[in-house]
Amino acid sequence: MAQSSASNVTHRSGVLPAGAVAPNFTLHVTPDQTLTLSDLLGRPVILAFYPADWSPVCGDQMALYNEILPEFRKFGAELLGVSVDGSWCHDAFAAARHLHFPLLADFEPKGAVARQYGAYRAVDGVCERALFVLDKKGIIAWSYCSPVAVNPGADGILQALEDLPK
Amino acid sequence: MAILKVPLTAEDHAQGPENADVTLVEYGDYECSYCGQAYPIVRQVQKRFGKSLRFVFRNFPLSEMHPNAEAAAEVAEFAGAQGKFWEMHDRLYENQERLGEALYLDLAEKLKLSTTALRQALEQRTFEARVRADFKGGVRSGVNGTPTFFINGHRHDGSFDFETLVSAIQQAMVTAKSA
Repeated sequence: MAQSSASNVTHRSGVLPAGAVAPNFTLHVTPDQTLTLSDLLGRPVILAFYPADWSPVCGDQMALYNEILPEFRKFGAELLGVSVDGSWCHDAFAAARHLHFPLLADFEPKGAVARQYGAYRAVDGVCERALFVLDKKGIIAWSYCSPVAVNPGADGILQALEDLPK
Repeated sequence: MAILKVPLTAEDHAQGPENADVTLVEYGDYECSYCGQAYPIVRQVQKRFGKSLRFVFRNFPLSEMHPNAEAAAEVAEFAGAQGKFWEMHDRLYENQERLGEALYLDLAEKLKLSTTALRQALEQRTFEARVRADFKGGVRSGVNGTPTFFINGHRHDGSFDFETLVSAIQQAMVTAKSA
């Protein structure tokens, strides 16, 4: 059920589908450090593109994932948040929300990585709410694009992690 | 559309008849200000629908963000184990800005519950497993923040103001009756 709705949405929004190789990238994770996706080969990776830091709700998407981090880690998975905010902004946001996972700045050229994943909203100049679960080999095992106003939660991610070959 | 994956059981804290047309489930956090705002609204909604509505509350403490949320949830479960869940639930929300041990002990006393037993339950984390089970079930059902409501098993993605909740419940009622 989750799968069929995910594939419909994938079709509509054009995010990279399951089976595609996840495009490699290097992005700033702090003002003076970068992270390269291929360095994480060998374990599952969750890429969570989201529109912006500082959304004004309790338990926004990143704060929610922060709470669920122990569940993700049971699968040995790394969670990476990605938005077009700069790394100084991410720093302040992560500190304010006590986030325990990296936020990547798809800042310059703006949204370049999101575009490669089909997860950029050109009309608004921000990332979509798009989720990707990559297997150990860097292949997309599951992807989902949520309506931008709807926090997708974590059930799809957990299901996808569970469905990964052991 | 996210679906409630953990079926309702006798273990759940529920108000209203089991065979009500509509069941409203809230996943909530005692320290979340939005849940605090939702509390009187849910009350009004319950009054509006009377016996046609069953209301269930499950724990979803966002502990990284809200340092008192987990303990408050355990306090409510402690009271629940002695048949006073709703009395404690209501008082926790009504005193949301005072969450902390002093309040818990004070409320326990008012509800004629043993403060020694409460202290012990909090120290030994007696109700942690119950609260975690609610949380994990919520995650698997697509709870995406607090409060998250499910109406007859479907996540309610609209706002939780009185009018919106009432109309979503009315719609569920129509669907339930035509099925």
